[in-house]
Amino acid sequence: MRTILIRRSFLMRLSELAHGTDAVVQDVENVSEIDPIARRLRDYGFVRGEPVRVVGRGPFGSDPLLVQIGFTRFALRRAEAARVIVEAAA
Amino acid sequence: MSEAVASLRLALVGNPNCGKTALFNQLTGGRQKVANYAGVTVERKEGRFNGPSGRVFQLLDLPGAYSLEAASPDEVITRDVCLGHFPGETAPDVIVCVADATNLRLHLRFVLEVRRLGRPMVLALNMMDAARRRKITIDVNKLEAALGIPVVETIAVQRGGATDLIARLDGAVPAVAPVELGGDLHAEVRTLIADAVSMPRRTAEIDDAIDRIVLHPVIGLGLLAVIMFLIFQAVFSWAAPLMDGIDAGIGFFGQWVGAGLASMPMLRSLLVDGIFAGVGGVLVFLPQILILFLFILALEESGYLPRAAFLLDRLMLKAGLTGRSFIPLLSSFACAIPGIMATRSIQDPRDRLTTILIAPLMTCSARLPVYALLIAAFIPNETVAGIFNLQGIVLFTLYVAGIVSALGVAWVIKLVRRDKSEHALLMELPSYRIPHPRDIAIGLWERASIFLKRVGGIILSLTIILWFLSSFPGAPAGATDPAINYSFAGMLGRWLHVVFAPIGFNWQICIALVPGLAAREVAVSSLATVYALSGHEEGLQAVVASQWSLATALSLLAWYVFAPMCLSTLATVKRETNSWRQVWIMTGYLFALAYLASLATYQIATAMGA
Repeated sequence: MRTILIRRSFLMRLSELAHGTDAVVQDVENVSEIDPIARRLRDYGFVRGEPVRVVGRGPFGSDPLLVQIGFTRFALRRAEAARVIVEAAA
Repeated sequence: MSEAVASLRLALVGNPNCGKTALFNQLTGGRQKVANYAGVTVERKEGRFNGPSGRVFQLLDLPGAYSLEAASPDEVITRDVCLGHFPGETAPDVIVCVADATNLRLHLRFVLEVRRLGRPMVLALNMMDAARRRKITIDVNKLEAALGIPVVETIAVQRGGATDLIARLDGAVPAVAPVELGGDLHAEVRTLIADAVSMPRRTAEIDDAIDRIVLHPVIGLGLLAVIMFLIFQAVFSWAAPLMDGIDAGIGFFGQWVGAGLASMPMLRSLLVDGIFAGVGGVLVFLPQILILFLFILALEESGYLPRAAFLLDRLMLKAGLTGRSFIPLLSSFACAIPGIMATRSIQDPRDRLTTILIAPLMTCSARLPVYALLIAAFIPNETVAGIFNLQGIVLFTLYVAGIVSALGVAWVIKLVRRDKSEHALLMELPSYRIPHPRDIAIGLWERASIFLKRVGGIILSLTIILWFLSSFPGAPAGATDPAINYSFAGMLGRWLHVVFAPIGFNWQICIALVPGLAAREVAVSSLATVYALSGHEEGLQAVVASQWSLATALSLLAWYVFAPMCLSTLATVKRETNSWRQVWIMTGYLFALAYLASLATYQIATAMGA
């Protein structure tokens, strides 16, 4: 007997990811041809397949975001987090 | 035999927050030399230690880097020194790469990048104590085999925590086998961690718990306010007795020297009125600077500073700054010099420069004597609305005026630059750590020596120049006015009076502004001298209250909100930016703002009959 596993998932930007939701990084977009911020995000470990989660927000305008990636927490402004495409488990 | 063993040059590299500096302190103790790399304002720290064989190791602490594909001036230096490309630096014999054992997912990537350089290297797995507490186990042998480089465990904050590392370095360090380039470093790191590291939890529970409080939108901000308030209390109240002590000590020493030189009035005047008064006037801020840095270093070591930057980033960003600007600006309330020195923690050059440019607008403690004098003389000690003291309100207003204009200037700088490019926050929030007293003591010593060197160098020279200007030419025979009136400073004061008359300054104020260049509060003592020598016997406050109009007093208060005339600050800006252009920009805009504010204040106040 075959079970059909339907996994629902959503592609979205890290800046849109709900607080505390587990997600997996799909890609980091360059917003310009040479994007040092995107490159730095990749250095930090924002690479395909890496589990990621938003664990906190700044007090003013919910900016910056506190993001857990790998074993490390980073503060990312929303514009920076918007470069990261994630797949959220729903 | 030990002479036969040549000394070995080591370079310490690693991600920021890997405990590299603590390890450097552990290895070298106090034997460190701090300077800048040639041509840039990145701190260069070098030290030495001996191995068990007697071999001498020269250790260079390179700036922390996330990547050798450099994104900041610091990382450029780290890369170029490792490659032996940096002018004036020899390539290291062995690279000691430091990684935080609790943060290997991030740090091993950098280790792999360094390994690609193909130079002899050792990996120090630091913070093994924290790793053990978190039940993280690392199979060092597996890691060593997989990486093809020696791997040693270290605990930088524990006595003897680097013994294994020293022993390993004292033996022969093999060259790294060539690695093929172009592979996916992240994939390699995942494989390494899967094979050699077991970790029950990705983060420390304690960090999560503390962050829930410290980064809470309400509690976190409240806590930040309380911490800032405590720092201010400490800077102003703890420092007071020490400052009085230094002041008295310098005064006493000056008198003692003066008495011994009674037969040589010129030399006596140079030493007592010039050097002791001038240098003493700056030296007196050493306790405040040290107390301030004690807190800043403790907050930095503990991991709190990035949290404060996190909380305030959005607010600061609106003004064209970054959350990281907050602490340097806060420091500038004590004195702009440590504030500007603290901007080194801002990696982005543009954000750092903006922060430096507006730092002098924070009301430094040197302005307090001027404020205190004028407020006491002109503002009635009344109660307003039942609870507020009018004098207190004025003082508060002056502080707020400084902050508001700083934000305004930062905003204008943003407009003028027309720089639409995005500048990153992208900041790691490291694990919380209990600061190690040794690291704080060494950090304090560094700050103190930077400050003292400046006092001994540029401030001393400027003081001597000002003394010369205030003392020559001497008063002619039968002169009735104070001698300073006949001096170059006196002439300068009179010339300045032409410029400053529209903003209500009399010539006495203009003269006092000249020595006030060395240190702002010297203006008060200069005013006292000018009036005392003009035959006014009563205290300065009474003289000012009777001789000046309210409009003049308010105008001088407005002037001091901007107060462009602090040569020590300008000297620091030169040192930190390595650019005379920035010094002139700062002087120019501060002077323009001060003049306009005073002009408006004076003219409006006069029109209203003050």
